[in-house]
Amino acid sequence: MADIALAAPPAATRLTREEAGFARRELTRRRLVAFGLVAPLLIFIGFAFFAPITTMLHRSVYNPTVVELIPDTLTVLEAWSGEGTPAPEILTSMAVDLKRLANERTSGKLAEELNRGLPGTSSLVKSTARKLRRAEDAALATDGATLLLDANPKWAEPELWQTVRKVGRTYTDTYFLTALDLERDAAGSIGARQSARIYVQLYTKTLRIALVITVLTLLLGYPLSYCLANAPARTANILMVFVLLPFWTSLLVRTTSWIALLQTNGVVNSVLMSIGITSEPLEMMFTEFATIVAMTHILLPFMVLPLYSVMRGIDPSYMRAALSLGSSPIPAFIRVYFPMTLPGLSAGALLVFIISVGYYITPALVGGTDGQMISNIIAFHMQQSNNWELAAALGSLLLLLIIGLYWVYDRLVGADNIKLG
Amino acid sequence: MTLRSALIGSAALLAMAAGPVVAQELTAVSFGGAYGAAQKKHMIDPYIEATGNKVLFEDYSGGIAEIKAQVEANNIQWDVVDIEVIDLERACSEGLLEVIPRDILPPGDDGTPAEEDFFPEALANECGVGVIFWAIIYAYNTETIGGGPPSTIADFFDTETFPGKRALRKRPQVNLEWALIADGVAPDEVYDVLSTDEGQARAFAKLDTVKDDLVWFDSWSQAPQLLNDGGAVMVQSANGRIFGAIKDDGRPFEMVWDSNVFDLDVWAIVKGTPNKDLALDFIKFATNTKPLSGMQDVAYGPTRRSGAALVDPAVTNDLPTAHIDKGIKADGIFWADFGESLGEKFNEWLLQ
Amino acid sequence: MSEFPAYFTIWHKIGIYALRFTAAAVLFFLILPILVIIPLSFNSQPYFTFTEGMLSFEASAYSLRWYHAILENPNWILAIKNSFIIGFFATIVATVLGTIAAVGLASPDMPMKRVITALLLSPMIVPLIIIAAGMFFFYTRFNLVGTFPGLVIAHAALGVPFVIVTVTATLSGFDRSLYNAGLSLGAGPLRTFMDVVLPLIRPGVISGGLFAFVTSFDEVVLVLFLAGPDQRTIPRQMFSGLREQINPTILAVATLLVIVSVCMLVTLELLRRRSERLRGVA
Repeated sequence: MADIALAAPPAATRLTREEAGFARRELTRRRLVAFGLVAPLLIFIGFAFFAPITTMLHRSVYNPTVVELIPDTLTVLEAWSGEGTPAPEILTSMAVDLKRLANERTSGKLAEELNRGLPGTSSLVKSTARKLRRAEDAALATDGATLLLDANPKWAEPELWQTVRKVGRTYTDTYFLTALDLERDAAGSIGARQSARIYVQLYTKTLRIALVITVLTLLLGYPLSYCLANAPARTANILMVFVLLPFWTSLLVRTTSWIALLQTNGVVNSVLMSIGITSEPLEMMFTEFATIVAMTHILLPFMVLPLYSVMRGIDPSYMRAALSLGSSPIPAFIRVYFPMTLPGLSAGALLVFIISVGYYITPALVGGTDGQMISNIIAFHMQQSNNWELAAALGSLLLLLIIGLYWVYDRLVGADNIKLG
Repeated sequence: MTLRSALIGSAALLAMAAGPVVAQELTAVSFGGAYGAAQKKHMIDPYIEATGNKVLFEDYSGGIAEIKAQVEANNIQWDVVDIEVIDLERACSEGLLEVIPRDILPPGDDGTPAEEDFFPEALANECGVGVIFWAIIYAYNTETIGGGPPSTIADFFDTETFPGKRALRKRPQVNLEWALIADGVAPDEVYDVLSTDEGQARAFAKLDTVKDDLVWFDSWSQAPQLLNDGGAVMVQSANGRIFGAIKDDGRPFEMVWDSNVFDLDVWAIVKGTPNKDLALDFIKFATNTKPLSGMQDVAYGPTRRSGAALVDPAVTNDLPTAHIDKGIKADGIFWADFGESLGEKFNEWLLQ
Repeated sequence: MSEFPAYFTIWHKIGIYALRFTAAAVLFFLILPILVIIPLSFNSQPYFTFTEGMLSFEASAYSLRWYHAILENPNWILAIKNSFIIGFFATIVATVLGTIAAVGLASPDMPMKRVITALLLSPMIVPLIIIAAGMFFFYTRFNLVGTFPGLVIAHAALGVPFVIVTVTATLSGFDRSLYNAGLSLGAGPLRTFMDVVLPLIRPGVISGGLFAFVTSFDEVVLVLFLAGPDQRTIPRQMFSGLREQINPTILAVATLLVIVSVCMLVTLELLRRRSERLRGVA
């Protein structure tokens, strides 16, 4: 606002040059002070948060492991046409590299990387490395190619060498392709992945679960918020404790509760069996159902709080007017009341959706194999399969999705309008 | 509190919290549950008492992933780890473990030199020193099982006769072996068959037949719990866990030894740990005759001959060594070669 | 009931009652899981379920053994200590930096306000698993993984958005001319901030700090990726307990945590009232 006033001052109040200069300097000074106050936090968040995110993005396309492991073989492999068995000196170079890796105990890393490019290769690399470990250096230098093929004739196959070349690139789009269930064939064109296709399906499932949770929290949260907003202030304040206490209770506590409730011999099954609804305990734990129920419970306050604060501000006389003028309740609600709650509704729904898309803990604990979401598979690749590059690529795609949603949220609601408690 | 004094105070406290760790502190990691309790009682606590060193005793659920993450990120958190031999060869050949010199191991209580006192399997891999002989078996709950008592590994895969959920540990090891044996492969040919593409497809096809009835767990300590709280009617388990549940808690469980997979656990040292000397010191202590023989508490056999002599005859029949003829030996070298590719296949199979 | 206006039809009344019934059911759904663990934590048996004895209120079916178990287990004691240490420092860092930044952001002269606010609030929105993976890669380079400072920095970054939101909310009712008056009377910006601004926005700062503390206190994903065995926290300990060895000790801890959250709730409510009073005076 201030700079607009300076840029085009009304003619009547035109300032002298000196005054304008002073005002401009004063404005610059104030801007610097304001920015100076924010700067320390920006630097901190830059280091603590944005630098890690950037590192992860970089990691999804950057993998120097193979280049560091077998640089010589990769160099001589450049001469290979891509068809037939590579020349003997290339095989020899690989044999020499494998012996060195076996002695340095790093053949496992090469095996792992190659196996990601061509499933089933790791055993070939590791067993060959073990056999070559005992080979004489002199014999390897002259006769490496034969020794390599003796160890396993599969080393003659061009497909294997194409894989070596593929995984030997420092920068690669392989992990993004894998994350989208795609792969590049020998000719370099992109097509659907031949082996298991799981990730796209997992993203769809994650979005579906998040949508179901959003709808559920809406169906449960809307009537509740309505009643709270229209209750007398005292009652509403007391009842709000039922919403705020879960909100403030540790996530793990709430997940623990759901385990106690849903497990085979848990509270819900005991109740159902004692009142005769079912004779066998129901399988609820370690299912998608458990994930959805527990997450709906955990995220419900995020829906109720914005809805409540919007509904509280709606003057009840609108509805009263519509009804007393002869409108039926349902049309009156749809035409008059509902539109006024849309800001709260969109805020709550987007917040719940955004949070649930990236959820990890609850599905990990109650979801079993069925109820796993994309975060869980990222954690799996970080902690169990040690495929950090694929984890980073899957994470980057998830981040893209979240940024898109956040942008919508910022447009519709404004990021600075987030309300707490 | 003014801003400045708050800042100074917190800086000081932070320095205290982050300050140099007490010199003699060791982090030892094992499997928790009844086994962890036995190790705490016979190895960790006596070691703390004897040396005054501090030992942080952590649980993990096995496998090499966590060790690998630490070594690859060059961020070593663990010093000594209890590893299953089925994973040991792979961890050692991938450079995740330190080599443990044999000459530092003390002689047995009866004076036999260590190299003769240990059973050869216990020192077979240069990266580990054997702690226990154990076996992977399956067990059922006599109160919830239907269709009579199961007795073979084929029964585990027979959901018609024995309906109900089965729990397996969430990894390919042992599960693929069992699937092949249940499918008719002779026990001594299992690993040969499993190294072919057809054999692997056959194993997964067998697992497919029961996929809907499977419950997966991560950690051995969950196995008796699943059997107890009704999560499954049959569970794969380490024999000691079921032994403990029957003996100590009086649970109505029964073990099936058919096609048990016989294995060892070893103490190993994570590569690059700054506490290597302390770790060696601990292993020397913990693999002596007395601590090893304490593992009979959970029906695991000691790895020293001098320790075997101390085993209570009442327990002998519950030790895996008594049932070795019914089982196969876990092949660490096979899993070193195929662990990576079968692990990937297994996880994709799980998600399909 | 006479509360309904005359033009209400019977269906309308039924509708209102149905609505209230639904609301009551939802409230029940919200609170039941929290309440159910409290009696279970006094189970004398090592199970997660109500035993026969508990249902018939036999005194012997209840015990404090799982509370004793917490005290006897050095891992839990360490976890409790660590949770408070990490939470305390993360709160200090987040609150100090966040409050100062919020004052800057609230200034009408702040350049690129919308973008910077969105950036500073983004740790609240980005999935924890992504943050955890990124921090694991990046903090390793500075040897921060497996250390207290690493976790403090990580948790402070998560807490910052909450401080900014609450302090900004308090500042919206703050009369900036007071700040400018302080400046024009010759006090430096820091002095003006400490003597004039801070006392007025204190309730917002404290509730922001509480949010930051709770964020750190509850956080488990970053701890799973960044903490070493020395830095285990309460949620970390609960997580591994739930994954590996379920026993009622976790329920006892959970019950204690519910009490902590009740205290938080009460403190926040008191702060809210105080803030309203202050603003009324200003």
